[in-house]
Amino acid sequence: MADVFDKVKEIIVDKLEVEEPQVTMEASFKDDLEADSLDVVELVMELEDEFDMEIADEEAEKINTVGDAVNYINSNQS
Amino acid sequence: MLKGKNALVTGASRGIGRAIALELAKQGANVAVNYSGSEDRAQSVVEEVRQKGVESFKIQANVADEQESKAMVKQVVSDFGSLDILVNNAGINRDNLLMRMKEDEFDQVIDTNLKGVFQCTKAVSRQMMKQKGGRIVNVSSVVGVSGNAGQANYTAAKAGVIGLTKSTAKEFASRNILVNAVAPGFISTDMTDALTEEQKEGMLSLIPLEKLGEPEDVARVVRFLASDDANYITGQTIHIDGGMVM
Repeated sequence: MADVFDKVKEIIVDKLEVEEPQVTMEASFKDDLEADSLDVVELVMELEDEFDMEIADEEAEKINTVGDAVNYINSNQS
Repeated sequence: MLKGKNALVTGASRGIGRAIALELAKQGANVAVNYSGSEDRAQSVVEEVRQKGVESFKIQANVADEQESKAMVKQVVSDFGSLDILVNNAGINRDNLLMRMKEDEFDQVIDTNLKGVFQCTKAVSRQMMKQKGGRIVNVSSVVGVSGNAGQANYTAAKAGVIGLTKSTAKEFASRNILVNAVAPGFISTDMTDALTEEQKEGMLSLIPLEKLGEPEDVARVVRFLASDDANYITGQTIHIDGGMVM
């Protein structure tokens, strides 16, 4: 769990150019991390590559917070 | 000018698509030649492209089909290592008066000429976003702007391509993916050779430059839009029509 969060945080810090403390489980990509829709799509792409998984569009649309992404990865990782 | 760039040209086995493939190759780009039915002609384009000293291969796909478009792009990326330039050129026509036009004649043209642009654009978007840059050039037509009796399906699709070009340009501008369209007028190809002398005379009388265009006239503008010379141009439609539609 912690590993996934750390990795996700690292990617978010890199992609969205935010500070590490801003990236909490509750942080919303759009409201708290100032990501636009395309940023979120791009982030999901990065996560797919990093965790070697495919996230369907319908699932990706439900990912609004950092926690959503971490939980999705945790429950779908093979 | 395009040395080291990798391009995919749809509908490149003949006409304008073939000329675009050759022009990009002449400037140093590797070119994947997409075709739908004309395998032999696609192969000969591949050979002509290779003669320019660049890499090339042919790839069959129906651009209107999501899976086939995706598989095609995947193949190109895996062979070339990247995809910098997409030219959405594949197009068909099924001309008929609106009152006689069958639903499937309408659907087929919209599918290939408009949905095909959407499918291929969507398929390359991921790669181009990762690369943080890319060029997409869509081949529309001046009749998409002016309208043309007997081509309700074709003009609707080509007008649609212009709208799609603008939306795509806006969506991807922040990622340095530039999207433009060209709108050829009356260009000498198989499609226009099929017209009667009378129809041709009629068209010529509408062209201020009083002559047909050649596929190369279109290809050179596509090459410009795909190059660094066009770094500050996106969402535009350039008419290549001898002044036919202003």
